[in-house]
Amino acid sequence: MTRLVTWARKNLVSGPLNTVITVATAALIYLVMKPVLVWAFTTARWDVIPRTARILAIGPYPPPQAWRVWLALALVLVCTALTVASFRLPARPRLKLVASLSWAVALVSSAVLLLAVPMNLWGGLFLTIVLTVASLALAFPLSIALALGRTSKLPIVRILSTFFVELMRGVPLVSVLFLAWLMVPLFVPENWRSPQAIRAIIGFALFNAAYYSEYIRGGLQGVHKGQHEGAWSVGLSSFDTLTRIVLPQAIRSVIPGLVGQSITAFKNTSLVVIIGLLDLLGITQSILANPSFLGLERELYLFLMVIYFAFSSIMSYGGRRLETSMGLGRR
Amino acid sequence: MTGTSRVPFWRDVKRLSALAQVVVALAAIGLVAFLVTTAFRQMVARGIPFTLSFLGAEAGFTISEGSLLAFEDGRLVWRVFQPLDTYLDAFVVGLVNTLRVAVIGIVIATVMGVLIGVGRLSSNGLLRGMTFVYVEAVRNTPLLLQMFFWYFAVFLNLPGAREASAWYGGLIVTNQGAFIPWPTPVGAYGPFLLALLAAVALAGAAYPVGRRRAQGARFAVSTFVVAAVAGVAISGVPFALSYPELGRFRITGGATLSPEFVAVLLALVIYTAAFIAEVIRGGIQSIPTGQAEAAKSLGLTESQTMRLVILPQAVRIVIPPIGNLHLSLMKNTSLAVAVGYPDLFNVYRTIGNQSGRSLEGVVIVMIVYLVLSLLISGAINAYNRRVLSSWGS
Repeated sequence: MTRLVTWARKNLVSGPLNTVITVATAALIYLVMKPVLVWAFTTARWDVIPRTARILAIGPYPPPQAWRVWLALALVLVCTALTVASFRLPARPRLKLVASLSWAVALVSSAVLLLAVPMNLWGGLFLTIVLTVASLALAFPLSIALALGRTSKLPIVRILSTFFVELMRGVPLVSVLFLAWLMVPLFVPENWRSPQAIRAIIGFALFNAAYYSEYIRGGLQGVHKGQHEGAWSVGLSSFDTLTRIVLPQAIRSVIPGLVGQSITAFKNTSLVVIIGLLDLLGITQSILANPSFLGLERELYLFLMVIYFAFSSIMSYGGRRLETSMGLGRR
Repeated sequence: MTGTSRVPFWRDVKRLSALAQVVVALAAIGLVAFLVTTAFRQMVARGIPFTLSFLGAEAGFTISEGSLLAFEDGRLVWRVFQPLDTYLDAFVVGLVNTLRVAVIGIVIATVMGVLIGVGRLSSNGLLRGMTFVYVEAVRNTPLLLQMFFWYFAVFLNLPGAREASAWYGGLIVTNQGAFIPWPTPVGAYGPFLLALLAAVALAGAAYPVGRRRAQGARFAVSTFVVAAVAGVAISGVPFALSYPELGRFRITGGATLSPEFVAVLLALVIYTAAFIAEVIRGGIQSIPTGQAEAAKSLGLTESQTMRLVILPQAVRIVIPPIGNLHLSLMKNTSLAVAVGYPDLFNVYRTIGNQSGRSLEGVVIVMIVYLVLSLLISGAINAYNRRVLSSWGS
């Protein structure tokens, strides 16, 4: 109690100006929060959320097949637990191998599981996560290639990589998505209608690769020259120098940036609404278009904000743990 | 190594790298050629060959807001878009709308972001807490969701013109848009402009005089203010503020901002200001504490320390990232398509549907955005260079 009073004295009323700021801020908070809280506890119809929870989670995925999604989720959670355990118990190197293998098995088997239902029926939070994971998994290797290309001594390689990266960074994501949406069907056999989700993933991957590559390029420039020379002097080939010495240090040093970009990419998946996909935001729009859910925009949008916020927070928490476990800033 | 010793060509670094370049160049040319020829062939096969000739055709649709510069009866006029105008004109209107929301948004977001960023470091606990919650909530949710929230959940649920009430300062907000006071011309502009020009000239003359006392800018600004007030007092103001008034069925007077425009602007400003605030906070915190301590030991007050020691150093650090945030605000205006504000991208979508020229259109749109991005990043770099040189780094 006394601690609270000391804090308040120091932080709220330490001088005349400070007191004025406190009063003004409190008034602003009151003006904004009072109608919001009154609404939230009286007229808001929160029952819409349990009623639409399944649709928000998996979209138009047929309910009898929904077990496929839950099973895939369970597989991924088990793998995550194994990976976390392998980081926690560094004394057991075999656990890392088990974790990597289980990821490979889980990803392949969940892809087989899920693809039994056509991709145009995928939706909701499930589709949002698929879009994020698939586009980032494709973007990461591409971004390393782009970063190496941009720092290459070969002018043609450098110019081409720079051109691609600056092109992607100079235009809005929506236009890249649209370009992918229009162009991909031109490159596949006409009788195979490429699912919209695939086109979106390709667009996202190209766009995110450009942004990732700028962080990785920064990391590459930060690796001390002595590291190259040391690697050569112990007889490593250029390829081994790159993959065992330079890249690990470069990527480790830019983890905060990469995690931040991944969170941005996760939030940006909501742009697929514009090309008509039913991701978390898209399915919400179609729920709101249903006459029985008319006028519930505030409830559903606020709920969505909470979901996006929770996932972003989990990602940034995971990123911070990754930083500490890799000894960023200590070694 | 002497000229006579032979390095086998597969181990000659110079030749290998030249070879690698040729291979990469050929591969890149091959890939691009493959993509372009396949795309063209497929488009011809589907009866939609790539062409830009549609740009001159009559658009045949209307655009809800926005004007363009047109050449009529031998003189330039600023007028609204009509269905008889061409697709090219429609693109211009879209670009004007994009720039309108981007420029206004950049100005407001920067001011708001700086205030919030300073608030994050305030010695007042309540202000610190409020700005922290704001920044975290806004940065961790998608911009498009926020735009939907402002448009569908807030704006379209506002009362109509009949039940609306006027706010302070004559602002009226309804579900048909926001109505703000706006100057309307009531007299001749000539003397007014002359008075302002005279004030500018006086300020220009005052600058070198003040310069000798090492405060040219301040001297010039105060000269300008005094001269402008005096001049305008003589010439009179040729416009009056027109306030929006609630009529029986509609609102008259003032200026109307469409709900789409306000929702897009609000979402972009609130979103970008949170990111700018973080940059400002980071910039201020990156100044070593020794600077503040040294200033204090010299007897500077807290506000003097901020103004004369911390901020000038922080400005250098924050300009490039803030410029990039301005750039991303400009690109994010393209999300306006989702709430129906006729920005460049939205107009492109209508054109694509109407003419069937989606691919040509998206290429045009991307080139326009690319040019805008290059202009903004060029401006950032130029400003950054100037600041760095004037502070003598």
